[in-house]
Amino acid sequence: MNLASPLLPPWALVAYLVAGVLFILSLRGLSSPTTARRGNRFGIAGMVIAVLTTMITQAPIPPGHWWPRPQPEDLVTLAKILGAIGLGAVIGLMTARRIAMTAMPQLVAAFHSLVGLAAVLVGWAAYLDPQSFGILIPQVTGVDGDLALAGLAMINPISRLELGLGIAIGAITFSGSVIAFAKLNGTMSGAAILLPARHVINLGTLLAILGLIAWFTQDQPIWVIAAITALSFLIGFLLIIPIGGADMPVVVSMLNSYSGWAAAAMGFTLHNTAMIITGALVGSSGAILSYIMCRAMNRSFVSVIAGGFGAEIGSGSDEARTDRPWKRGSAEDAAFLLKEAEQVIIIPGYGMAVAQAQHVLREMADQLKKAGVRVKYAIHPVAGRMPGHMNVLLAEANVPYEDVFELEDINSEFAQTDVAFIIGANDVVNPAAKTDKTSPIYGMPVFDVEKAKSIMFIKRSMGGVGYAGVDNDVFYMDQTMMLLADAKKMVEDIVKALQH
Amino acid sequence: MEFISILSIFVLACFVGYYVVWSVTPALHTPLMSVTNAISSVIIVGALVASAGAGGSLSSWLGLAAVVMASINIFGGFAVTARMLAMFRRRVR
Repeated sequence: MNLASPLLPPWALVAYLVAGVLFILSLRGLSSPTTARRGNRFGIAGMVIAVLTTMITQAPIPPGHWWPRPQPEDLVTLAKILGAIGLGAVIGLMTARRIAMTAMPQLVAAFHSLVGLAAVLVGWAAYLDPQSFGILIPQVTGVDGDLALAGLAMINPISRLELGLGIAIGAITFSGSVIAFAKLNGTMSGAAILLPARHVINLGTLLAILGLIAWFTQDQPIWVIAAITALSFLIGFLLIIPIGGADMPVVVSMLNSYSGWAAAAMGFTLHNTAMIITGALVGSSGAILSYIMCRAMNRSFVSVIAGGFGAEIGSGSDEARTDRPWKRGSAEDAAFLLKEAEQVIIIPGYGMAVAQAQHVLREMADQLKKAGVRVKYAIHPVAGRMPGHMNVLLAEANVPYEDVFELEDINSEFAQTDVAFIIGANDVVNPAAKTDKTSPIYGMPVFDVEKAKSIMFIKRSMGGVGYAGVDNDVFYMDQTMMLLADAKKMVEDIVKALQH
Repeated sequence: MEFISILSIFVLACFVGYYVVWSVTPALHTPLMSVTNAISSVIIVGALVASAGAGGSLSSWLGLAAVVMASINIFGGFAVTARMLAMFRRRVR
């Protein structure tokens, strides 16, 4: 059928399968923090096996060239490849070491863009050099499979379909991730940018891409693959610009999924089990994460991807924010109440990450624990800018993971809680999600903070509203104390007050 | 390999992925993203084949560029995952 895989020795096929299994085990390890580090090592082992197997059997030195001795040009290729890997290693390791934990969402978006671009480049290379990829239709059944003439060589139609899909998904992943990176990094405004008639434009572009891929399976002129690439870059860009900052957890997960499907498509082209297994794993991982994030906002995936949330309704609810009475508290008031409490639940949100308040927050918790207060942390699935963002920041601040709870595990405890301490979160504690059917966040699972004896709400000012653009009744409740300041500054002041 | 056997591996792996990923604890969703990112760079296999291909200098340069990108992801992805996982600690008594 194809020319490359029969040349692979059986041990290589087994090695790729082993690599695939190790990748499965690496994700399996993440079921608990105690096994996660071992899981990561399984992943590394799988990658080493996949890369070494490829280098020994296919590249840089083609089969049969190892003995009696490698050709000089093979050694040049080997040097180039090792140089490329070395360059990537230096950049990758430096980035990984230096990156701040609060910048993790941007980093992940940037990494996704690289997978996407790599897929596009590999797809193009396979199109330009189909013989090396073993995807030519064998025209003459020659002994060495070398007889297809360059000009006449037709790529296998199934391989053309795989290449078209791989390039398209890769290109969407690349440009979408670049936009997601720019929004998360603040290089570009996080606000939703709405083009007129954007749904028509997007749908038209998508249909055009699918049509071109269908064409590509019938014929293989270079302009078709170039058009697929260009339109896919465009659609990735168009899809992400109308999506606002707080919906980024869904976007980042979705792009994660796409990077997997792109790798799987290339795996089909190369008939490589390690790539196919990995692509399927990563693809489903991203899809499940997107689903979890959407469920946690009670919104459909389609409505998130259609974009514009917050922008369309942002100014609608002004009249609700008429002069309702609210209480302002000081750091000293807060410290006094906190010290007297039996149980405090801290609810962090994106504002904590922005203010980099996680370390001083842990200091505050330590002080309270010393005073005999039980301190727990409650994390909403969509808190922050990517799945699990808050957990990583708290872990960075040395908060033991046993103190950190998920929404459904802790929500029943608010009735026995003295202080609900909200820092940088808003929509996830809004009771309108439970009571107000007209609210854009209606149906979203939220923390029952109003059941706590008292509520402390750290916020920069009374003016701003949450991402959903809706007012929050919690501000005006009798038991609520508004702590208006920068989150880090306020917690620092509370720590000082606790020391007296 | 026949197309159908490749497709079978793919479909079964999707199911494996489904069950494995649901068992990941939500606290580790960020490391999950960074490690899936690292392993999806197994696309380096394709990049290596392209780099060493004899079919023209353009495709091998594209391949080399893809090797650099995938390597950034592999080294960066695993390293940053290890860094994050090292931070998840139990309570010290």
